[in-house]
Amino acid sequence: MRALTWHGKHNVQVDTVPDPKIVNPRDAIIKITATAICGSDLHLYDSMIPGMSNGDILGHEFMGIVEEVGPANTTLKPGDRVVVPFVIACGKCFFCDHKMPAACDNSNPAEKADASEVAYGYAMTGAFGYSHLTGGYAGGQAEYARVPYSDYGPIKIPDGVSDERVLFLSDIFPTGWMAAENAQIKPGDTVAIWGCGPVGLFAIKSAILMGAGRVIAIDHHPRRLELAKQNGAEVLNFHEVKVREALMEMTAGIGPDSCIDAVGMESHGFSPDNIIDAVKQETKILGTDRPHVLRETIMAVRKGGTVSVPGVYGGVADKWPIGAFMEKGLTLKTGQTHVQNYLPELLQLILDNKIDTTDLISHRLPLEQAAEGYKNFKINQNEWTKVVLLPH
Amino acid sequence: MSHDPLSTDAEVASPAFSDKDNVGGDYSASSIRAVMINRPRQELYDFWRDFSNLPLFMENVKAVEMLESGRSKWTIAGPGGKDVELVSDITEDVPGEKIAWTSSEDSDLDHEGWIAFKDNAFGRGTEVRVFISYDPPAGALGKVVAKVLQREPRVQARGELRRFKQLMETGEVSTSKAPDAAPRADRHF
Repeated sequence: MRALTWHGKHNVQVDTVPDPKIVNPRDAIIKITATAICGSDLHLYDSMIPGMSNGDILGHEFMGIVEEVGPANTTLKPGDRVVVPFVIACGKCFFCDHKMPAACDNSNPAEKADASEVAYGYAMTGAFGYSHLTGGYAGGQAEYARVPYSDYGPIKIPDGVSDERVLFLSDIFPTGWMAAENAQIKPGDTVAIWGCGPVGLFAIKSAILMGAGRVIAIDHHPRRLELAKQNGAEVLNFHEVKVREALMEMTAGIGPDSCIDAVGMESHGFSPDNIIDAVKQETKILGTDRPHVLRETIMAVRKGGTVSVPGVYGGVADKWPIGAFMEKGLTLKTGQTHVQNYLPELLQLILDNKIDTTDLISHRLPLEQAAEGYKNFKINQNEWTKVVLLPH
Repeated sequence: MSHDPLSTDAEVASPAFSDKDNVGGDYSASSIRAVMINRPRQELYDFWRDFSNLPLFMENVKAVEMLESGRSKWTIAGPGGKDVELVSDITEDVPGEKIAWTSSEDSDLDHEGWIAFKDNAFGRGTEVRVFISYDPPAGALGKVVAKVLQREPRVQARGELRRFKQLMETGEVSTSKAPDAAPRADRHF
């Protein structure tokens, strides 16, 4: 089959690779009809996340048609249309039992689990098309993918609903939704969201659905700010204003009730702290993350407020404003998305036309042009707001 | 749900808290590892007590043949197709709780170990603790054995227990290897 593979920093290409096969009894093979490039794929493209190997198949946002199922899978059958969560979870361990599939104990293969146990103090849960720290599973920017524990994760899609409307159930919609949920929004609250990329946009949509009185979105790309505005947010361009000062002015000195960092480890901008972080990040030793936005959320949120972090961080960061964090009495909520928990509810929102999941798609490309998609999603973020790849 | 009285003592031997390659036992390399498994204690004991099940999740164990009176014969795969043989005697067997074993004289390596099963007091499943200890023999065969056992018993114990937990909780051993290289896929069916 054809698949998009990783070959080092800023080097991805579409190769011919062996077809996946059923390996374990609960597996399924999915013929992929639509897949997308995620902002967190760019952390791999930029070689910011460790544990990649030459030839790894990328992609963790995908959907398709069940081609084949293993003998223990009694929930799916060939021909079913499904969206596959990017988190691989067994559905049987303590964490899955307690509705924390993104903390699944079993989906990272034993021979891969040691590295992340050392790095993070626990063995990370498996994910598709990502670092070998998360299991080294082949991803879905390909014609076919093997889906482990396929009787637990994938959700069936009714006939007549287009791929584009449901594809983002795989990651960015539940990720934006959980970001808003983690922000502990109460009706009428003011929520500030850093980053108007795909997750930021879904966080805006979700915060409004959850009853936020006011959503303020922060970015520097005019097209992304325009999308945020169309979705009901007031917008701030951090190239034009000092963000904290603007937020304090807008909220008459109180500050937003909740702040969401939908940016993560690769903050843009030329603030002094971010420049220092960028230099450290290049060394891979002194620091691995640029937490400028995380610092700014802590400084800007109101006393007793909540900071929610859906943005991906990879390793260590310093200059953590622990004084502000403690003195203001803040709550910080983070985590990889428990995708499986949200799928039935969010699919229903789509079917009821309560949310538009397609307005952020800027480009649709055949899989063969995936490398072009990566390059432009990286360097031309203003126009390339979301890329959908079509393998068949 | 009722709980046992709070424990104020750590119940594992203090060497278990070390990151060393030797935490006790008769032999030079040893390890203790604990894992919580979300299955009933008796089911885990029964599965392990039939040693012929162990190759399902032990990476290098090709076969275990149960012999008479608690003995078992282990065939361990080595590089270059060289098998290592080990005959093991059960030295302690408390149904549902503990199994201990040791290698007999006619084995290719000296080895002892135990596995203990305990109900978690807070309903989180079964606490499983494993101890393994062995002397890598000298010479060419010793090198083979050391390589097979990945030199560090704690690395081996971690891997084996992770796979045991996966198999008992999910019915399969997680793998991301390329399809044709998947370990023992045929045995899962």
